[in-house]
Amino acid sequence: MKTKDTVFSIGIDRYLTDVSNGYCFVTRFFKELFKPPFHIREVINQCYEVGLKSLALISLTGFIVGIVFTKQSRPSLEGFGAASWLPSLIGIAIVKALGPLVTALICAGKVGSSIGAELGSMKVTEQIDAMEVSAINPYKYLVVTRVAATTITIPILALYCSFIGLLGSYLNVHSEEATSVISFYQNAFKTITFLDIFSAVIKSIVFGFTIGIIGCYKGYNATQGTRGVGMAANQAVVLAMFLVFLEEIVIVQVANWFRFF
Amino acid sequence: MMNEQEYYKIINETVISISGLNKSFGDLEVLKGIDFELLKGENIAVLGKSGSGKSVLIKIMVGLIKPDKGEVIILNQQVDKLTPKELNDLRRRIGFSFQSSALYDSRNVYENLAFPLTMNVKGLSKADINNAVEEALEAVGLKDKINQMPSDLSGGQRKRIGIARTLILKPEIMLYDEPTSGLDPITSGEINDLINQVQKSYNTSSVIITHDIQCAKNTSNRIAMLLDGKFEQTGTFQEMFESKDEDIKKYFNYNLIH
Repeated sequence: MKTKDTVFSIGIDRYLTDVSNGYCFVTRFFKELFKPPFHIREVINQCYEVGLKSLALISLTGFIVGIVFTKQSRPSLEGFGAASWLPSLIGIAIVKALGPLVTALICAGKVGSSIGAELGSMKVTEQIDAMEVSAINPYKYLVVTRVAATTITIPILALYCSFIGLLGSYLNVHSEEATSVISFYQNAFKTITFLDIFSAVIKSIVFGFTIGIIGCYKGYNATQGTRGVGMAANQAVVLAMFLVFLEEIVIVQVANWFRFF
Repeated sequence: MMNEQEYYKIINETVISISGLNKSFGDLEVLKGIDFELLKGENIAVLGKSGSGKSVLIKIMVGLIKPDKGEVIILNQQVDKLTPKELNDLRRRIGFSFQSSALYDSRNVYENLAFPLTMNVKGLSKADINNAVEEALEAVGLKDKINQMPSDLSGGQRKRIGIARTLILKPEIMLYDEPTSGLDPITSGEINDLINQVQKSYNTSSVIITHDIQCAKNTSNRIAMLLDGKFEQTGTFQEMFESKDEDIKKYFNYNLIH
């Protein structure tokens, strides 16, 4: 029978092994990324899978976030007699934070789980081994292409989500105050600097990379048959979401340091 | 026509040579000093109980699993000393038929066969790929299944397509992992015939991992018996059948009676 100490040490051992394997998995990505062959067609296929198939969900969510955030903010600003600041507030909130974050969370759920389940299923049914014995580098073909696709596509989706969010917000503002589109967007972007957009894009690139690499790592290392596939998909979502929030805090802090200089 | 000396030289050319191979998983010692040789043009069946390490052995041969100790030389190259590129060059010369067939389930039969070809051979035209796919499918007698998805195929058909996928790269060595497991006796017989046909048509040397005595009898020139992590005895089916070793006798008698 295992004692508490043994269970604890096995847990620590597994955790450290996982961290070490994860580190090797990430460093291998950068080594393989610049080595030929470059599976450009597969990257485009994956961009289509990640991008176009998430578009409807991102549109709907972005639009709703824009409307809800505007509706919730209005009473507070009106209380201070600052309702005219609403477009600026919404602009800052959506472009800097909500757009990238909402996109990342949706993609972590939709794309991360799908990558984790797909690769996990390929792993447990020996399809990855079959690729390897056919002299095809499965890491390069499956992992590099998917991570490249999420890293490219998620920033584009985040900008699109921000745009749709602002559109939702405009429709709400317009229904209350009959503001014109030009006036709304001018006000919304008045307080947004290039650094804000730049940091939002950089943040989305980091989120995209995280979602892709975590999904691939969990799927690629799946074990224990169908149960393992489910676990890989689940862990890919949970870990990716956790890391997205963690990265959000770090990047906001770093961006604020730059602002002071 | 080659003379006797040339024939003797070819028939005695070793394509796989393994010595002192050990492999453990944690505390479980699976392979305990394996010595093994496969000659050119020969089919050798590796018999053994489930969990005896037969599949581990062929996975070590293609570098999917790293051995703890020992030397694995395939087509005059030591597998564990190869760079990734050299290992891939070697893998192109070896066909591996998986127990589960391992077909890419999101691709149809045509795409399953064309994939290794397009990834390994540059500059092929669409017509070249079509011809190669059709030729491989014809070799396994499933040309009419070209547009089907793996989920629409029976177990035996999946095994055949798995073999066709390996044949498309014209391998010199074939490794079959439990080619008849989970199949009815008639389909098993068809797979056995296919293994023999591949040996003749493609001039391959093969290792057939199996626990099916009939498969071993019908497809192999020699049989190696893996017991307790070691090859206890190697010989023809008749030699193994008449073996005085108690474990081998028990294995053969039990399988032939049941």
